[in-house]
Amino acid sequence: MAPEKPLAVTSLTLSHFRSHKIARIRVDERPVAIFGANGAGKTNILEALSMLSPGRGLRRASASDMARRPDPIGWQLTADVLSGGAAHEIRTWSENGAARQVRIDDKQASQVALGQIVRVLWLIPSMDRLWIEGAEGRRRFLDRAVLSFVPGHAQIVLDYEKAMRERNRLLKDMVRDPHWYMALERQMAEAGALIHRNRRDTLLKLDAAQQDGTTRFPAAALDLTQSEGSMPESVKDLAEAIAESRFRDMAAGRTLVGPHRTDLHAVYAEKGIEAKDCSTGEQKALLVSLILANGRALSRQIGAPPILLLDEIAAHLDADRRAALYDEICALGTQAWMTGTGAELFDELGSRAQHLHVSETTGVSLQDPA
Amino acid sequence: MSSTSDIDSLIELMARLPGLGPRSARRAVLHLIRKRGQLLTPLAGAMQQVADTARECLNCGNVGTSDICDICDSEKRATGELCIVEDVADLWAMERSQVFRGRYHVLGGTLSALDAVGPEELRIPRLLDRVETEGITEVILALNATVDGMTTAHYIADQLGERVRITSLAQGVPIGGELDYLDDGTISAAMRARKAL
Ligand SMILES: Nc1ncnc2c1ncn2[C@@H]1O[C@H](COP(=O)(O)OP(=O)(O)OP(=O)(O)O)[C@@H](O)[C@H]1O
Ligand SMILES: [Mg+2]
Ligand SMILES: [Zn+2]
Repeated sequence: MAPEKPLAVTSLTLSHFRSHKIARIRVDERPVAIFGANGAGKTNILEALSMLSPGRGLRRASASDMARRPDPIGWQLTADVLSGGAAHEIRTWSENGAARQVRIDDKQASQVALGQIVRVLWLIPSMDRLWIEGAEGRRRFLDRAVLSFVPGHAQIVLDYEKAMRERNRLLKDMVRDPHWYMALERQMAEAGALIHRNRRDTLLKLDAAQQDGTTRFPAAALDLTQSEGSMPESVKDLAEAIAESRFRDMAAGRTLVGPHRTDLHAVYAEKGIEAKDCSTGEQKALLVSLILANGRALSRQIGAPPILLLDEIAAHLDADRRAALYDEICALGTQAWMTGTGAELFDELGSRAQHLHVSETTGVSLQDPA
Repeated sequence: MSSTSDIDSLIELMARLPGLGPRSARRAVLHLIRKRGQLLTPLAGAMQQVADTARECLNCGNVGTSDICDICDSEKRATGELCIVEDVADLWAMERSQVFRGRYHVLGGTLSALDAVGPEELRIPRLLDRVETEGITEVILALNATVDGMTTAHYIADQLGERVRITSLAQGVPIGGELDYLDDGTISAAMRARKAL
C-alpha cells in the first residue's frame, strides 16, 4: 500500500565515505534489500542514510572516523529525497575531521533542520542487547522515536544537555552563586519538562499503534522509569527538584535529577515477562514490533511512514517471522533498507523490493530478484 | 628576500581577520599593493589613527575614540531605556536598525561556566550601578537566543529584581540566531515585539 506522500530516498551518492570511494545508488520508493559478503560495505550504506537525519548516525561515530582511509581528505553524501510531497536535495560533508556541514536544496542548514525532512529509524545488531545493557541506549532509542514524531525534539535535547553541562561545571568548580544556578536550572526545567512530555506522548502513540492488531509481532508494554524517585512533570516542580538537589549534586559532581535519568522499561505483554528476561529472538521481536508500531503511528500522523534502516535484520528471526516482517514492511509502504549476507534471505520479497548487490571490488549494483 | 617576507607577514596577519583565510588574504594584499595610492596608503594611515585612539567606553563598553562614547555622552539618549547586548557588533547592528534611541550596555560575552566566563567578566556589577545612577526605568535584554544568552538574560533579570521594568527581544530572533547576522528589518521587528521577561 503506497502512502499518499511517500518518504523515500531516490538517489544516494557516497563519496570517500568509509569503504566507499564513490558509490551511486538510484532507487524508487520500494524497500531496498542489500546483500553482499562480510566487509562489502553494506552497513556503511545504512550509516550514510542515517546521516541524512540529525546526529552522529547509527554508529555514533565522529565525522573523522567516516572519512575513507587512507586518503584523509573528508567525505560527502548527496541524496535526493521525496518528503511531504516535495523533492529535496540534501548534501552533508565533513572536511579534515571538522564538524559536518549540511546543505538542503543548496542552502546552508542546521543538522536539526534535517529532522523535518528525513524521519528515519534504525535497528542494528548492537541493539540486540538493548534491553540488557545500560539505560543510555534505551533512552537514545526512545528519543529517536520521539524525533520521528517531533523533529524539534533534537534542539530541545541539545539545549537541555548544554544547560546541564554548564551546571555540572558550576558544581565541579564549587561555585555557589545561587542566581547562576537558577538561570541554568530554569532552562533545564523548561527543556526537561518538554522532553518528558514528548517522550510520554510518544509512548502513548506507540501503545495505540501496537493495539491496532495489524501485526504478528509481540506487543511491548512500555513505561518510563527514573533511576531514582520519580520525574517531576511540570516546569515548576522540575525546577524545584533540581534546585533542591543542588547540595547532593555538588557532592556527586553532576546533576542527579531530570530526564537524562529516565529509562524505558518494557514488558513482553502477552507473557508478562520483562524484556530483559526474554529470549534473544523475543527481545529482537519486541524491537521490531516497536519500530513497526512507530511506522504505523507516524503514517497516521504525517501520511508517510519513516525510512527504516534494518541492519542484518534476518539474524535471530525464524523464516516465519522473517516473512511476516517483509509483509508488514510492504503493507506499511515504508522504504526499508535491509541488509544480509546472502541474496536468498530476501527471496520472499521478490519484486516487492529492489535488490542491491554490494561488493568490495565491483561496487554497488541493482539485481533482478530471484 | 626580506621584501617578500614583509608581504608574507602582512598576508599572515590579514589571514587572521574574521571571514578571511590564507587564500582571500593573498588576494586582498595583492589588490592593496596594486592600488597603493588609492587604498593601501590611506588604509595604513587610518589603521594607525584607530590604533592610537580606539578605546572601550568606560561606561558602556562600546568602542569609540574617547573615554566616554558618543551615545553615553549624548543627553538625547538618556531616555531611561538601557539595552543590554552581548558584544559591540550587536550594538552596532542595533544602531544600524535605528529603532532604539536609548543607551546600551555591552557585556562582552555571555555567562558560561564551561568557558570560564562569570558575572565579573561581564560588567554585570557596573550594569547594576548604572541602573541606579542613570535613572533607568527599563532594561531591554537583547541577547542571542542561545542557551548561554538565555542564561545570562535570566541571571541579569534575577539580579535586577523589581527595580526596573525588564523586557527581552521577542519574535524575529530565530532560535540559535545571532544578532549580528540579522537584517535590519528583523531586528526592528524583534525590538518592537519585545516582551516582559
Ligand atoms: N573510515 C574507513 N575507511 C575505509 N574503510 C573503512 C572505514 N571504516 C570502515 N571501513 C571498512 O568498511 C568495510 C565495510 O564495512 P561494513 O560494516 O559496511 O561491512 P558490511 O558489508 O556491513 O559487512 P558485514 O556483513 O560483516 O556486516 C570494512 O571492511 C571496514 O574495515
Ligand atoms: Mg554489516
Ligand atoms: Zn558608552
